[in-house]
Amino acid sequence: MRRYIARRLVHMVITLFAMMTIMFFLFRLLPGDPTATVVSSAMYPRAQEAMRAQFGLDRPLFEQYLIYLRNYATFDFGYSFHSSRRVAELMGGRVVNTLLLILPSMIVAYVLGALIGALMGWYRGGRAEAAVVFVATCLQAAPVFWLGMLSILAFSISLGWFPPGHLVTPGMWPDQTWRMYLSADFLHHLALPFIVHTAYQVCFPLLLMRSSMLGTAGEDFVEFARVKGLTERRILFHHAARTSLLPVATTIPMILGWALAGSVVIETVFSWPGLGLMMVEAVQRSDYPVVQAAFFLIAVLTILGTFAADMLYGLLDPRIVYD
Amino acid sequence: MTWFAHFLRAVWSSTGGRVALCVLAACILLALFGPWLAPYGPFERVYDADGRLMRMRPPSADHWLGTTVFGRDVLSQMLWGARPALVVGFATAFGVAAIGVNIGLISGYFGGRIDSVMMRITDIFLGLPFLPFIIVMLAITGRSTTTIIVAMTLIMWRSAARVIRAQVLSLKQMPFVAAARTTGAGDFTILYREIAPNVMPIALVNISFALAWAIITEASIGFLGYGDPKAVSWGTIIHDAYASQMMYNAPWWVVPPGIAIMVLVSSVYFVGRAYEQVVNPRLVVQ
Repeated sequence: MRRYIARRLVHMVITLFAMMTIMFFLFRLLPGDPTATVVSSAMYPRAQEAMRAQFGLDRPLFEQYLIYLRNYATFDFGYSFHSSRRVAELMGGRVVNTLLLILPSMIVAYVLGALIGALMGWYRGGRAEAAVVFVATCLQAAPVFWLGMLSILAFSISLGWFPPGHLVTPGMWPDQTWRMYLSADFLHHLALPFIVHTAYQVCFPLLLMRSSMLGTAGEDFVEFARVKGLTERRILFHHAARTSLLPVATTIPMILGWALAGSVVIETVFSWPGLGLMMVEAVQRSDYPVVQAAFFLIAVLTILGTFAADMLYGLLDPRIVYD
Repeated sequence: MTWFAHFLRAVWSSTGGRVALCVLAACILLALFGPWLAPYGPFERVYDADGRLMRMRPPSADHWLGTTVFGRDVLSQMLWGARPALVVGFATAFGVAAIGVNIGLISGYFGGRIDSVMMRITDIFLGLPFLPFIIVMLAITGRSTTTIIVAMTLIMWRSAARVIRAQVLSLKQMPFVAAARTTGAGDFTILYREIAPNVMPIALVNISFALAWAIITEASIGFLGYGDPKAVSWGTIIHDAYASQMMYNAPWWVVPPGIAIMVLVSSVYFVGRAYEQVVNPRLVVQ
């Protein structure tokens, strides 16, 4: 087990390193001189030189790459072109906001999805099952940003139940402290994006759990449990559902990665100041240091999530061989 | 093309599959002929009898789905918008199939160093965030239908490769592979003549889901404002409504493109699932 963890850790570091290398060259390809926004051609040539030297752009590419690796390894993302503040300073709160929106919603979606999916797969063939499968498939097929817009239209604008986006009421928390996240105002703002995102994310584990149950329900050990005279409920939850859960659990890292990357759209609709919205705004302003840092952090969260999920299987399924 | 005929027959064998296939066929026809059916051009401004621009008109007999804040006919935009969704979707699914299936086949069959190098590369791609990667790619290459397809293909092949590889790993232990080898068949003959046809069912299920994802992603890119500026797609219609801040005043503008995406994508999902039930009989309700 310890060797397995060590190996996975090494893999994770290699993946991170490769991802950062791809990023370095990817962002080098972006159109326009990256210094164009800060180094003006109206400046004296010597001033321009000095600015370039300050950013390290007069050095060979390989050396720039090493500087970049060192800076990113210490979470030093440079300065934003747009606000000329340190990018790292802008990021802290953004990471928290994204995680607070995505993680709880993913957990609820998987628990709820597995539960409903198990019931659907067990009591199959009925009207209810067909209806749930149909609705889940359609919901999964709808663009999540559109679901968000419709829900704002219905629940914020028409009914007035929830505020139509933002983290908190603007102006209520001028200095964002951790107390803000405990306020009723924050939860009120979180509710609608949370519900929409969960309703969207619940479909995948639900449908997968259902089809996994269809396979398990015919297995001998289920028949055996029945012969032993166990109650239907016990067979369902302790025997069939537990086995069927495995293929559902293996999709967690992939779907978590999708959801984190998808923060780009859900945060845009709800004006939710997380990493995704930050990235979208920064691309529009050609604020490349911010784009790069946001991209990096979403990737790091994805890779960390994959690692955590892999560790979790070890606990869930003792049959996994640690080679 | 026998596998394609087999695919269609398999889907057609269930009622749900038949309905989904008909809906999908209708969408394809719409993509082909929509622009001819559209009463106005995709960017054409519509004026009323007094010569005033028709802004934000609710649905009427002349404009079944109303008009936008820019004075464009929503129904016409909807009809024009079917083509990008399907072109990008199918082209991406094709690219994903070509790359993902081949990498999965080669990686799974040859194993050893080839496998570990290819799977490390796949892992790295799995670590790249999906939509942000596409957005950065589009910022580099510029926004056009082609660059959207390329950017999406570059990031989407990864999951198909994984699934196909896993399937090949179990298939290559089968007796028919050993039988082919004793007849003197070479590696590539075994791989593409013997193993590939058996991977096809799993690959097709995967590709149909890739198609569904590609259509949703094309819409998401359009919504975020990175769509092809020269074309109208269902995603960019929603983007225009969103960017003009008028989306909550004109439901007739926002609701139709979303429904169209939902109908198209769910028909793809249902086709994929109908096929899956035939190739994987364990899923069928007894």
